[in-house]
Amino acid sequence: MANTMGRSFLQAAATSEEVAPPLRVVQIEGLAVLKIIKHCNEFLPSLVTGQLLGLDVGSVLEVTNCFPFPIREEDEEIEADGANYQLEMMRCLREVNVDNNTVGWYQSTLMGSFQTVELIETFMNYQENIRRCVCIVYDPSRSAQGVLALKALKLTDSFMDLYRNNNFTGEKLREKNLSWVDIFEEIPIKVSNSALASAFMTELEPELPVKQCDYDRLKLSTAPYMERNLEFLIDCMEDLSAEQNKFQYYYRNLSRQQAQQQTWLQKRRVENMARKAAGEEPLPEEDPANPIFKPILEPSRVDSYLITNQISNYCNQINGVATQSFNRLYLMKALHED
Amino acid sequence: MAVLRFFPPFSPVVSAKIHAVVLFNICDCYVRRPDQADRVIGTLLGSVSDGVVEIKNSYAVPHNESADQVALDVDYHRNMYLSHLKVNPKEVLVGWFSTGFGVSGGSALIHEFYVKELKEAQSSIPPIHLTVDTRFKNGEASIKGYVSSNLSLGDRPLAAQFQEISLDLRMIEAERVGFDILKTTAVDKLPNDLEGMEASMERLYSLLDEIYKYVDDVVEGRVTPNNDIGRFLADTLASVPRMSTAAFDKVFNDKIQDNLALVYLSSLVKTQLGIAEKLNTAAQIL
Repeated sequence: MANTMGRSFLQAAATSEEVAPPLRVVQIEGLAVLKIIKHCNEFLPSLVTGQLLGLDVGSVLEVTNCFPFPIREEDEEIEADGANYQLEMMRCLREVNVDNNTVGWYQSTLMGSFQTVELIETFMNYQENIRRCVCIVYDPSRSAQGVLALKALKLTDSFMDLYRNNNFTGEKLREKNLSWVDIFEEIPIKVSNSALASAFMTELEPELPVKQCDYDRLKLSTAPYMERNLEFLIDCMEDLSAEQNKFQYYYRNLSRQQAQQQTWLQKRRVENMARKAAGEEPLPEEDPANPIFKPILEPSRVDSYLITNQISNYCNQINGVATQSFNRLYLMKALHED
Repeated sequence: MAVLRFFPPFSPVVSAKIHAVVLFNICDCYVRRPDQADRVIGTLLGSVSDGVVEIKNSYAVPHNESADQVALDVDYHRNMYLSHLKVNPKEVLVGWFSTGFGVSGGSALIHEFYVKELKEAQSSIPPIHLTVDTRFKNGEASIKGYVSSNLSLGDRPLAAQFQEISLDLRMIEAERVGFDILKTTAVDKLPNDLEGMEASMERLYSLLDEIYKYVDDVVEGRVTPNNDIGRFLADTLASVPRMSTAAFDKVFNDKIQDNLALVYLSSLVKTQLGIAEKLNTAAQIL
């Protein structure tokens, strides 16, 4: 019957309110992109952050403007200043009709090493207040290689649930089938510009390819960048092996403890048999006060997941740069043959 | 006899450089202006070096404009200025902008205000007035920068003369990389490494084509030869290092092998990661 197939209008209306469409695209305005690039480049080599403002429309998150955060000292008094600065900026921008809605934050990174626990913490903080937020990461060193290294990240929902319950045992992870790729979700970025801005840009910059020279991309020397990448990679591998040692240690302790528990249980049973033979009360088979029954905490896997993420990021970067340099080398070869 | 005296600006400002950010910001402010406002006015921030002013940042300031009066929200301007200084103390006040063609009467008053602000900040340069024609009055985009100097007749100040200075739109390298994205109204995805490479190579190719055509034209007498260009081309060609084929091949192969080794290493690492993860989560304690 048709009734079983279609839902009533009321039902459809009710459910559509609760389910938000998943975030598919982040649409940034050219203005915000330029501001982010400028701010990150100015403060190299220190890392900076800033706030993103925009609108949340259906499955698209629009970022229309942004403002930078001042570099904070470790002082306590400046905490209040930071909050004041933010309020002040938001208020002022509201007066000139800029979207006053926070949709996330941006940060610059060094060689793509941004996967840290602080990032996750900040995400959780933001997520409590804003329904949908995104983090944009800009890598100035990679951009110097000729790629606009802008990424939009979001924590996956399953990871967030687990993190909230602080529950990272191996079983839970296997249950949810969560591997290290599932922590961060990268969202594709679209860039949009107002018609006025694009008109200006087209007018001002000539179309002639002769004037548009971006020869940085064709530079042959990639060695320094690759070297640093490899250095970071090696450090990360060391961290990863340290984490794996931790796990080994834990498993060894756990199995040792279980063996101890077994022997203790055996002894108790033998004692009880003796007591039964002698007619006394059998002793309980459990003894929570005994230290060998203390449960050992399983180390959290968050760190190892983050490190794994970072390593894979470095590998990807190396691959990308290597392909680029292959291209360049073949170009040189062709040039030389002439 | 009254003499029209011309006071030179307090320190010579020859030209100004604008960053693309500023332009985008101004366009954005114009698009978002309140309905009754005709134009947008705001402050320019930047730095000065050797008579060249570099305009790095800007923000709009709300104002009220009627037939004969202009009122600028000074508190707002000061607050925003302080906030911006907190982030980047090196970006100081260098002038102001307004959208609209040419300089109008009201502009002189606003300019006076900015002159006073700069004097308070004890800066040695005069404020720059930037006009951005967002209405494309002459059918083209015009961005002009002005410096004002006071004209006085005898002892009485008569008028302020706005002198145009040369402007230079510049973009830092990273922006240039993404330049194509900034030109159109919408881009579906950011180009990745390979596409960027492709675009650069295409540009190089077309550049070479242009040069080829030019040289052909000169040889056939179609275009009068320009000695400077000819010398430049000769220099460029001479700068290609001349190595014997053997040496070049060796260098080339070495580099290729290095790159291959790196790619191999990174895929090895990735496999290692896969194994490590399996070990970590698949182990079960019985």
